[in-house]
Parts: sequence; structure tokens; C-alpha cells
Amino acid sequence: MEGSWSRRPYLFVFCAAPPFLWLGVFFFAPIALIVAFSFGEQQNIIDIAVTGTLDNYVQAVDPLYLRILMRSVLVVGVVTVICFVIGLPMAIGIAFAPTRWKAWLLLLVILPFWTNLLIRTYALIAVLRTRGHINTVIEWLWLKLDAGLAWIGFGEIAVRFVPLPLLYNDFAVIFGLVYIHLPFMVLPLYAALENLDRALIEAGLDLGDRHPGVFYRIVLPLIRPGIYAAIAITFIPALGSFLIPDLLGGTDSQLIANVIERQFKSANDWPFGAALASLLMAVTFIAVAFRARRGGGSP
Amino acid sequence: MRAARLPRGSGSMIIRRRQRAAPLDFLARLPMQLFLAAVFILLYAPILSLMAFSFNDSRRNIVWRGFTLDYYVKAWNNALLFEAFTNSLLIAVVAAIVSLILGVGLGITLWRFRFPFKGAIEGAVMLPIVAPEICVGVAMLAFFSRIGWSHDLSWPLNLTAIIIAHISFCFPFVAIMIRMRMTSLNREFEEVARDLGAGEWAVFRDVYRPHLRPALIASALIAFTLSLDDFVITFFTSGPNTLTLPVKIYSMVRFSVTPEINAASTIWIAITVIVAAIAFRIQRGSGENRNSPE
Repeated sequence: MEGSWSRRPYLFVFCAAPPFLWLGVFFFAPIALIVAFSFGEQQNIIDIAVTGTLDNYVQAVDPLYLRILMRSVLVVGVVTVICFVIGLPMAIGIAFAPTRWKAWLLLLVILPFWTNLLIRTYALIAVLRTRGHINTVIEWLWLKLDAGLAWIGFGEIAVRFVPLPLLYNDFAVIFGLVYIHLPFMVLPLYAALENLDRALIEAGLDLGDRHPGVFYRIVLPLIRPGIYAAIAITFIPALGSFLIPDLLGGTDSQLIANVIERQFKSANDWPFGAALASLLMAVTFIAVAFRARRGGGSP
Repeated sequence: MRAARLPRGSGSMIIRRRQRAAPLDFLARLPMQLFLAAVFILLYAPILSLMAFSFNDSRRNIVWRGFTLDYYVKAWNNALLFEAFTNSLLIAVVAAIVSLILGVGLGITLWRFRFPFKGAIEGAVMLPIVAPEICVGVAMLAFFSRIGWSHDLSWPLNLTAIIIAHISFCFPFVAIMIRMRMTSLNREFEEVARDLGAGEWAVFRDVYRPHLRPALIASALIAFTLSLDDFVITFFTSGPNTLTLPVKIYSMVRFSVTPEINAASTIWIAITVIVAAIAFRIQRGSGENRNSPE
């Protein structure tokens, strides 16, 4: 199907040159600049000299920042596990659903992608804040309970209702990250289950095994590449997320991306920010390459 | 393997004896239904309540006090918000058009040609899709400041940096969709056209283009929504005086929670969902009329 480029060099250049040049100038040059800055020193407010120093990377493993890095990985790890625990049953339910339901359920999973991340985060603020929807509902229930108890003669609950601190802490960050990244987890798991040969499951059931046994012995080994893909697709973007910890997190629930942002905006230490960004990119690209080799041709 | 697969879906219901539920029809079980319902309610309740409260006649945004369109009028009359909105639409339209041109070139290159280091280059052109947004954002910030890009240009030109950054992460998506669509082209049509004396341009115009049409429209719309939805990269590439919708709403959100934001967000959601739904329909429809140039 493919022809060699040398047979029609002009056509090849006509098609390939604009996108390749664009990527080179407006994607790889900026990325290369960041990597170069990460080996540089801040001379004054605006000038950065690329001196080949490793100081910025040494600073990145300084206990203060190492703690944030580890915390980020931990928080995102917890998020990935929660997404998996919720996402796997969802994927099973959708993959084995009758055809007429399947398309609608999938649409329901995909639809949030079409809603802006900022808007969804803002929506969560309205739900979680002190006078937000959850606290309002709990307060309402509390008052009803109070009134009910008084009515049957128990008097009042001694404690006044105190709104739950749901926003500006780690809980809010984890809640927000799960909320945003759940579809990322469901779709690859669904794709893996969809490609599964159902005859194998039915054979297992016919031969007398029960559902959990069939799941562990037949389904799980077969969808393993899909599980790796789903975990990578959830973990990687979550690790780089900036907006959710920024808007939902408190001062000490910041992730790597927030530290990077601070270096470039308020702290004005571009070389150090560049080093952190380079590390984050390296982790991402290694994970993607690893997954591409490990997962073979699977989605 | 494929032949051994049992019929499934509605067809298999007839073959199997009707029991309480077929063994693999997990959706027919109550716990699964409750679970899915709970998850979808959790996913949608925040967005739906955000939209509902944009019509609420109260500044407090908590208790329903009656229907009003006041906040839409307010959002419409908010000059800064309106400017941000126009800017974002303009950015998205330009980014979509340029992404389409570059993406078609890239998609056809990858589909049609063999060239040295193709595997590596194929991987490299997909990097803009997988790279963390925060990294692309700071890279763009560093790049535009290093080349001495001025943020004080007059109106449409001050959006150029954002448009360039958006194109960089939009057009690989276009390329993927174009390439996928091209693989379903029946190459015989192309050969016939060439035998009849068509040159490269005529082949593109009369064979590729009609076949690509649904993918062209769908991918341009997808690029449009990707650009309109981006926050992080816009946040880093916009200068202090450039106003775009995400950046404006971000600063409003940091400041307070008001129904005006809800109103602006609702309009924004409506635009994206409508555009994406059209793209989705076109994309789905395109799977059916394979190998049939018009």
C-alpha cells in the first residue's frame, strides 16, 4: 500500500514538510528549550544561562520537593486505585449490556469529556464548599432528624450542625481527580472486555466454575494488557494535573504541576521549574513507551 | 476464534432459554443497575446542578428561588466576559482551520509514504497528545518569551501565540482521524483515476477528498472543541492583557462563586456538546459508506 517517498519526492515534501516543520518549531523546540533551561542558572530576573549545571535536579530531590513528588505519586496512585475499583464493574456492566443499551451507556461515559475541565472543577466547588450542596443536604437532614426526635419526645440533638470540611484539602483533590479521570479508566477496560471471546467465559461457567472463579482464572489474565493500558491512561494525565489541586486543594495538598506552575509564575525560578517539568515529561514518555511495548497492539 | 464466538445481544436472548437473567447479562441484575445509576448520578449531578443554578433567582447559588434569565443577561452585558468569549471562538476557529490543513498533510504522509525512521517519527508526532499539559504550557511560555514575542500586539494578533500553541496539540488528532479514514479507501479508484490521466492534484480532489469528507468535517470540529476546551496551555501562553474564556472564568472562580459563571459555563457547555455531537454523528456515519466515492 505504502509507496517509498523517493518515488514522489516533491509530493512527499509538499505533504510532509508543513506538519514536520510546525512540530519541530512549535513543539519540539519549546520542549528542547525547557530541557536546556533545566541545566541552566537564573542570572537575573529575565536572563537564564545554560551552564550545564545539575543543581536544579539536585534541588528536585531535596527533601522538601522530594516529599511533594512522593505525595503526588501517592495521591495519584490512590486516585488510580479508586478509579479502577469503580471503573471495572462499570466496564463489565457496559461490555455485557444488551446492544441497544451499550451505545447509550458509552455515551454517558464519554459525554463529560465534552464538558470543559474548568467548568467541571467549578461544579465540584459548588458541591463541596462549606455552604455547598452536600453540606446543605446534610444540614437539612440534620434539622429534620432534630425535629423528628423532638416530636417523639427525645428533645434535641445536643450538637449543632457543623459543615463538613470537604473543600481545600486532600479529600477534595482525590475526589476531583477521580471524578475527572474515571472515564479514562472505563474506556480501555471496556475495550478489553469487548474484545474478549465470550465463549471462553461461557465454557468456564458450563464446566461448573462460578463467576468469581471464572473472573480470576479466565477474564483477568485475558484483559491484563487492557488493565495496564487503563491504569497508564489514568495515572499519567492525573500526575500532571494542575487545575484540580489548584482550585480544590489546600495550601499543603499541591501536586508537582502546581510546584512547576509556581516556579514559572510567582517564584520566577524557571530553571528549577524546567527541571521538574523535564522529570515529569520523562516519567510520562517512559510510561508511554513501556506501555506501547508491553501492550502490543491492544488499545 | 471469531467463528467460535456465540451470538450475543438481542439475538442470543432468543436462543437461550429465558431464565431470570442470562448468565452474562450483568446489566439485568439489580446491584449492577443500582451501582451504575449511582456512578452516573455522581458524574452528572454536579454539572446538571451547575446548569440548573444558572437559572436560579438568587445570588447565593444554594437554594432554588425561582426561574430567571437575569444572569444570562448579565453575562451577555459583561463586556470582559463577552470579549473573552469572542476571543476564544476566534482562536478555536483559526486553530481548527490550520490544524485541518497540517493534519491532512500529516495523515496522508503517514498513510501513503514509506520513509526513513518512519516508526520513530510516527511516535514523535503523537507526543503532543501524550505530553502533560503543564509541561507543554511552560514550554510554550518559555519559548515565546525567549524568542522575544511581544504581548502588546493589537487585537487579533495578540492571540497568535495561543493559536500557535493550540494548533500544536490539535493537529496530531486530525492526522490520526484522517489516516484512519484513508485506510478504508479502495485504492482501485485511485489507480483508475491515474490510468485515466489524473495527476496528483486531481486524485486528491476527486478521489481522496470525497472519501475523506466526513473525516475532514469531524476532525475540524474535534480540533475546534479541543481548542475551545483547553485551559492549561492557554493559561500559560496568554499575555497579561489577553482575555480568553477559560482564563476569565478561572479568575472569576478564584474570586467567588456566582450564578453569572454558571450562565457563561452553561452556554459554553452547550456549544461544545452541540459541536462534538455533530462531529460524532458525522464520524459514525462515515463508517457505513465505505469505498464509495461520490
